[in-house]
Amino acid sequence: MSTRLSSGGRLVNKDKPVEFQFNGKRLKGYEGDTLASALLANDQMLVGRSFKYHRPRGIVASGAEEPNALVNLGQGGKFEPNQRVTTTELFDGLYATSQNHWPTLEFDIGAINTYLARFLPAGFYYKMFMFPRPFWKHVYEPFIRQSAGLGKAPKDRDADTYEHFYAFYDVVVIGGGIAGLTAALEAGKSGARVLVMEQTAAWGGRAVVDGVEIDGQAAEEWVAASVEALQAMENVEIRTRLMGAGVYDHGYLLAYERLRDHLPEEKGPRHRLWRIRTKQIVTATGAIERPISFAGNDLPGVMLASAVRDYVVNWGVSIGDRTVVVTNNDDAYRTAIVLKEAGLDVPAIIDARQGGAGALMDEARGLGIRVETGKAIAKVKGKGRVTGVAICAQAGQGGVLDEIACDCVAMSGGWSPVVHLWSHCGGKLKWDDAQAMFRPDPAKAPKGASGEAFVITAGIANGHLRSADALVDAFEAGRSAAKAAGGKVKAGKAPVAADADEATLEAIWLMPQGASIKLRMKAWLDFQNDVKVSDVQLAAREGFESVEHAKRYTTLGMATDQGKLSNINGLAILSDALDQPIPQTGTTTFRPPYTPISMGAIAGEARDELFQPIRRTPMYQWHEANGADFEPVGHWRRPYAFVRSGESVHDAVNREVMNTREKLGLLDASTLGKLIVKGPDAGKFLDMMYTNMMSTLPVGKCRYGLMCNENGFLSDDGVVARINEDTWLCHTTTGGADRIHAWMEDWLQCEWWDWKVYVANVTEQYAQVAVVGPNARKVLEKIGGMDVSKEAIPFMQWADGELGGIKARVYRISFSGELSYEIAVPASQGRAFWDMLLEAGEEFGVMPYGTECLHIMRAEKGFIMIGDETDGTVIPQDLNLNWAISKKKEDYLGKRAQERSHMADPNRWKLVGLETLDGSVLPDGAYAVAPGLNSNGQRNTIGRVTSTYHSPTLNKGIAMGLVHNGPDRMGDVIEFRKVDGTTVKARIVDQVFYDKDGEKQNV
Amino acid sequence: MSEAVSVMNGAERGTSIRVRDAGLQGMITLRGDLSAAKLKSAVKAATGHAVPKAREIAFADGKGVAWMSPDELLLLVPYGEADAAVASLEAALAGTHSLAVNVSDARAFFAVEGASARDVIAKIAPVDMHPDSFGPGELRRTRMAQAAAAFWMSDAETIHVICFRSVGQYMFDLLATSAETGAVEAF
Repeated sequence: MSTRLSSGGRLVNKDKPVEFQFNGKRLKGYEGDTLASALLANDQMLVGRSFKYHRPRGIVASGAEEPNALVNLGQGGKFEPNQRVTTTELFDGLYATSQNHWPTLEFDIGAINTYLARFLPAGFYYKMFMFPRPFWKHVYEPFIRQSAGLGKAPKDRDADTYEHFYAFYDVVVIGGGIAGLTAALEAGKSGARVLVMEQTAAWGGRAVVDGVEIDGQAAEEWVAASVEALQAMENVEIRTRLMGAGVYDHGYLLAYERLRDHLPEEKGPRHRLWRIRTKQIVTATGAIERPISFAGNDLPGVMLASAVRDYVVNWGVSIGDRTVVVTNNDDAYRTAIVLKEAGLDVPAIIDARQGGAGALMDEARGLGIRVETGKAIAKVKGKGRVTGVAICAQAGQGGVLDEIACDCVAMSGGWSPVVHLWSHCGGKLKWDDAQAMFRPDPAKAPKGASGEAFVITAGIANGHLRSADALVDAFEAGRSAAKAAGGKVKAGKAPVAADADEATLEAIWLMPQGASIKLRMKAWLDFQNDVKVSDVQLAAREGFESVEHAKRYTTLGMATDQGKLSNINGLAILSDALDQPIPQTGTTTFRPPYTPISMGAIAGEARDELFQPIRRTPMYQWHEANGADFEPVGHWRRPYAFVRSGESVHDAVNREVMNTREKLGLLDASTLGKLIVKGPDAGKFLDMMYTNMMSTLPVGKCRYGLMCNENGFLSDDGVVARINEDTWLCHTTTGGADRIHAWMEDWLQCEWWDWKVYVANVTEQYAQVAVVGPNARKVLEKIGGMDVSKEAIPFMQWADGELGGIKARVYRISFSGELSYEIAVPASQGRAFWDMLLEAGEEFGVMPYGTECLHIMRAEKGFIMIGDETDGTVIPQDLNLNWAISKKKEDYLGKRAQERSHMADPNRWKLVGLETLDGSVLPDGAYAVAPGLNSNGQRNTIGRVTSTYHSPTLNKGIAMGLVHNGPDRMGDVIEFRKVDGTTVKARIVDQVFYDKDGEKQNV
Repeated sequence: MSEAVSVMNGAERGTSIRVRDAGLQGMITLRGDLSAAKLKSAVKAATGHAVPKAREIAFADGKGVAWMSPDELLLLVPYGEADAAVASLEAALAGTHSLAVNVSDARAFFAVEGASARDVIAKIAPVDMHPDSFGPGELRRTRMAQAAAAFWMSDAETIHVICFRSVGQYMFDLLATSAETGAVEAF
């Protein structure tokens, strides 16, 4: 059984006991524990079930590479699934439940899958898609739905907060082991701005566990002194619980800081996402130990040798009383020695190498440990938990030579440098045959904008597994990074480390070498996704030769651990099956983040009110308080209608239309784009921007204009006012203001850079109110301050003045067909002006109206709307707007395109009005159908609806649409298809339904 | 009744770090040849400050000049004087190609005050806020979370922020949220 030892545990504080819950059981741990060490201290070996076969799974590792031990953490608004217990720091009140089992962790029905394993081979899901088809819906899908997913999805809103932080450094060192600290010290001494980060809560990495000696000091002392030295440097920022998550182009680096995971009751953000720009990155990310593939290597109690050692040294926890160590390298001997020194039993070290290890083997034997060389584990014995191992010759097929009782197996298949961050942005790897690992190829580093490397790797991460070499390498890496970042490097000496000489490792990808299929079907590669040696071999036989294909086919390395333990072993098996060397197979792609980061950290502050900026006009609060039913228009929120109590939205719209036509309406038109265009060449410029002439517009007058893109398609429209000799004010649509501003600047900066024109976007300088209806003039006259008579401001003219003491620019323009003034006042006085109009307008029957009323009134008048009548494929000629296209001008944007044969084709659908015979409202977007089918077997169409409304003024449905030969077919009846499959008859009519002669607006 | 009102009407939040609506500030967009002697003297006359270098600002007692782009300045004058200042700029620059326009009401104006004011900005704007890289006299045009903004420091603990008026509420909430979650302590 696993238990807490009476002594040891450098990270735990035994004076601070902590209580937590796992699956409802109350358990005790200490401050400094991880959830993993605390569970193991309570003999909670079984922590979850595997994804596919629901096999019992225990903790395998002690760090970020852990594949098995994922739990649901927290409750309610603090709930989060798939949390790794090895990287979860214990706190008082921690609440965890295990995942992927039913009904309980100990008794799981899904475990039957393990007996069906031969029917669930690699590519099982893909094969099901193919055959037999009816099985998919009735058999496979319900089965997969039942078993899919590890953790549960959170049900409540996240109770925590998150934030981003933008930071800029010369050198960022990722990894707080002895290599990272050495590199950081060198970079720091150069005067460069340095950040050094460590993903766990403790500095020093493996060296402190392994008892390395540095410059004559114990590693622990050296680490403490180095951290202190770094903290004293003003130019160095030093942080724990900060993980390098992803390296991107141009020195962009994402780092993930876990601020309150271990202090959930404290105030402040839970996670912080650091968005870093740095000149140089040093990856001192260490290495991860590999498992060995032997039968039963997934049983709880089989762990990485380094993890077994970590639990004893760091947390004072033993995994078992009797531990068998199985290895192909010297490092695992350290585990045997540590266990023995802790008073635990090590019945045997099974070393697959004929020659065994170096100095560490002598030390182990000296402690009385039996060392078996050239041997292997034939299989692990036990059900749900290790009870012993069967030993065989590594060279054989698994004939059992001996059985050893034990409750823990510590395995080591060698080490793989953590090359993830090196590789994210294109750093290449090379295969090191002697050490059986991929290591960074410094000649092919990730390169920045200047073509120079911006990532340097250091220490074990660079393939220097021995501390002495690692420190020399890290020393140089720190200096190179500092130099490349512009720091000044002074003379100095690398720290000197002493560690034992080691014999060379022997690559062991399968144990024993000639394992039978029965053993290979129980030899796990990927513990989380249940991928075994036999699955990868099957994939190879079925033709999945590319490592990327084999990965997806077998799901090897596709679990939440992203194959940190399984990738190298898997591709070695694949290489063997394909009979090719490992470098020829290559690795799969390393993608950020290094380990999963929270969705909250990615969102940062962007939630609730801050989810997205909402643009508000100066009158927004009045609208909100007066029944506005808002609709989004770009980022603006505009009132669709002002709904009164007892009214439906439709009722409100009808009321607003009738009131505006009969009395007086107010529209908040502040969102309309307003661009000032000024300069000696402004007239020439606007003649190019608009299809019609703007240079000839007299000062004081307004003209409606159309803008097209180079392809001739209608892009925006609006009223242009000439302010003075060299200044125009262009109104754009609400959604078009920023786009058209950018469009104008684009042409001025990139194409006509020698034209003397300046553009300024003054959209938000003004609150603009449309005062509309037969009583419009009366209310303005009552407010007073300037002459608003027909003579003073005729239709399509403007004037500056003052209304009610507020500076105003008054445009006589009408989008409704009524007598209408659009009045621009300074935005800061917009609300005051609005209130003034409402008060003064009371006797004239004033009512504000929303965008739907605006739409209906313009449709009754046959005015087009950008985005309704246009969709990016419509040219002005389609809308019978030829009158707004200058014949005199030599050129305008879109002119040439509009002359091309397809654009000039008389068969293009053209705009007409539509009236249903029964008075109903046509469905929006409905197509007019013609007899027969097209070449795709679809019904032939001859037109479509672009705008359709119930007109309260005319009390019937009105619509506009684009129809083949439409203007030549006035009075014809055509049929429109409805969603229910029936059709509705509509007559083609003039698009102007109301006041065709414009008598009402021109009074 | 028709008095001008700034977007958040003087609202304030926070204690150790204070975010407040800094009220109405006259602002004029001036576009033209920034190296022309006529423009330089017109700017000096309007604001009392010389044309600043790229990414810099001169600002004191409600008057200032900010560099916005190679052909654009933002002139800061008291709110009530903006129209008059535009008129004198136009008169002074008559005959030269330029554009002066009052944009006082198109903007929201905030102040962030407190020892960790830098942190408030560094959490929402992709700008190096380290004192070696940014300090009083400098200005940045950037974004704050999802809205366009510009900001400058008037002293070590005061940062002024301007943005479009329509997103004033968003910016105020954003700055206040960033202030409330405390310092990062990385500078």
